[in-house]
Amino acid sequence: MKQFKGRVVTPGTVTAEAVVTKSGFNTLASFQNALQFGDKEVKCGDQNNTDLYGKSLLNKALCLPQTIGSTTGGLVLYCACALKKNPACMLFSQPIDSLAAAGAVLADVWVDGVTMPVIDSLGEEFLNYVKDGMTVTVKEDGIVEVG
Amino acid sequence: MILTQEQQAILDGSKGEVMAKVMKTLVMYGEAFGAEKLVPITSDYNHLVTSFGLKVMSPVYDLMQTILDAGVVSGQKFSVDPRPLDKKVPANFLQNLIFNKFMYTKQDFYEDQLKKLGLMNKDAFTCTCYMDEVGNKPKKGDVLSWAESSAVVYANSVLGAKCNRNSGIIDIMGSIVGFVPYFGLLTDEGRKATWIVKVQTEKKPEAQLLGSAIGMKVMEDVPYVVGLDKWIGTELNDSACAYLKDFGAATASNGAVGLYHIENLTPEAVELGEKLIAEGAKEYIIDDAELERVQKNYPVIWKKPDAAPKLCFIGCPHLSLQQLKDWTDNIESELKRKGNVKVSVPTVLTAAPKVLEAFEKTSYYARLRATGVIISYICPLMYMNNPLCKKMPVITCSNKLRTYTTAKFYKEAEILSIITDGGKK
Repeated sequence: MKQFKGRVVTPGTVTAEAVVTKSGFNTLASFQNALQFGDKEVKCGDQNNTDLYGKSLLNKALCLPQTIGSTTGGLVLYCACALKKNPACMLFSQPIDSLAAAGAVLADVWVDGVTMPVIDSLGEEFLNYVKDGMTVTVKEDGIVEVG
Repeated sequence: MILTQEQQAILDGSKGEVMAKVMKTLVMYGEAFGAEKLVPITSDYNHLVTSFGLKVMSPVYDLMQTILDAGVVSGQKFSVDPRPLDKKVPANFLQNLIFNKFMYTKQDFYEDQLKKLGLMNKDAFTCTCYMDEVGNKPKKGDVLSWAESSAVVYANSVLGAKCNRNSGIIDIMGSIVGFVPYFGLLTDEGRKATWIVKVQTEKKPEAQLLGSAIGMKVMEDVPYVVGLDKWIGTELNDSACAYLKDFGAATASNGAVGLYHIENLTPEAVELGEKLIAEGAKEYIIDDAELERVQKNYPVIWKKPDAAPKLCFIGCPHLSLQQLKDWTDNIESELKRKGNVKVSVPTVLTAAPKVLEAFEKTSYYARLRATGVIISYICPLMYMNNPLCKKMPVITCSNKLRTYTTAKFYKEAEILSIITDGGKK
């Protein structure tokens, strides 16, 4: 088991199975089909993301460098949370980008009953270490355990 | 973050619970980036990204209704992204059923909300709000609360306005309180380039391909592009602005670029030159082989990769008036050269309603219609955002459309050849 320390963007604790992308996570492209057509597993629909395409994102520890793409990204993430189709947590190796931050904050302020901890700045080593299927635990104060 | 007395009072509830939550959202959003203050928005108009009444986005409309019910709407009017539906664009029975009965069932409801929230006018639906015909063109130095990635990157880079890559909802919340958090692309430091991109091609690079290559490489960073002025000049004329519009949209959708500088062309690059380059900036050299490599690596996820195209979209982001005229000339002359009269693939050219209105007053309009091309105000991305289009071989010269849908990307010259060749692929 290895421990990483990041910065808390939105708080919470959770344990979940990791899904990992080394390239930018395009929020609109990843979620749009799943949300729109009721995919219960919330499979990633971004054809450009060979790490995640076709994999379930629901209740997973989504490990990523940053999000990219359309500025609908934040509201798509907000909708995913409001509809309870969100990842269990989002763990960024880099400092968070403005779209992901917007989605995380909107969900935190405006959605009742959903907690999606978001931690950023976990470092490149985190993204190199964590692999699909590993168990990830998000603790208080930005501590992330991968084992 | 240090708030003014007025801002702190709003956060504490002086203007009601909903306004306090709007302020809390902006403060938390800013704090995620270490913003130390909120600064006033100075643009005449706002621009929102959310134009579609998608049933699945009901949480967004609920939130908008909460804002309306609380009476906390902004005094600043806004334009918004294009409508997702237009009867002129070909759709079969099943597609129409899905569009109208399942997907966009909230469209009328949401457009009514937009009117109440401050829509500029009934034609203010476009991703290119900065076109002269539309009238939402910020001044250099204006602070914005815009969303829509292609509009934000254009406003920052070509117009010299200051705007972060705000998400939908955050865009209107900034406008409601009249302030945005001061970080990122609003600051001098955040506008410095951390990449030097050297364009060393032997021919003029395709705007949407060059933008894609740069976006995929630099992601959210700011590139300082050297060598492009050789191909598009040193004056921000119609042609250069249209090129930069398409280039920027690709950098923003294939990566997350919110600002680029083009040496000798864009306002800050002209004003400050290499002073805009941050210490330790990385370098990316682009030649013709690199552009070819980028295009070859695009995945083609059509069921039959060699299927004959059934629809072609040109205009994501929306075309300028000059681009509509240029496409008219090119399609007409290519058809004539091949001895054909009408395009062989149903082809849709898209532009802002006000740009289309201006186009319809020119002689080009009848000439374009005679080629069989359809013109529309639709958002091609929203049109294709359904499972039926997944199976449909759609072609485009938009790298944004390629990124978000199953549309296959071709260069503009390739598109022109395909749609005018009399039916052969």
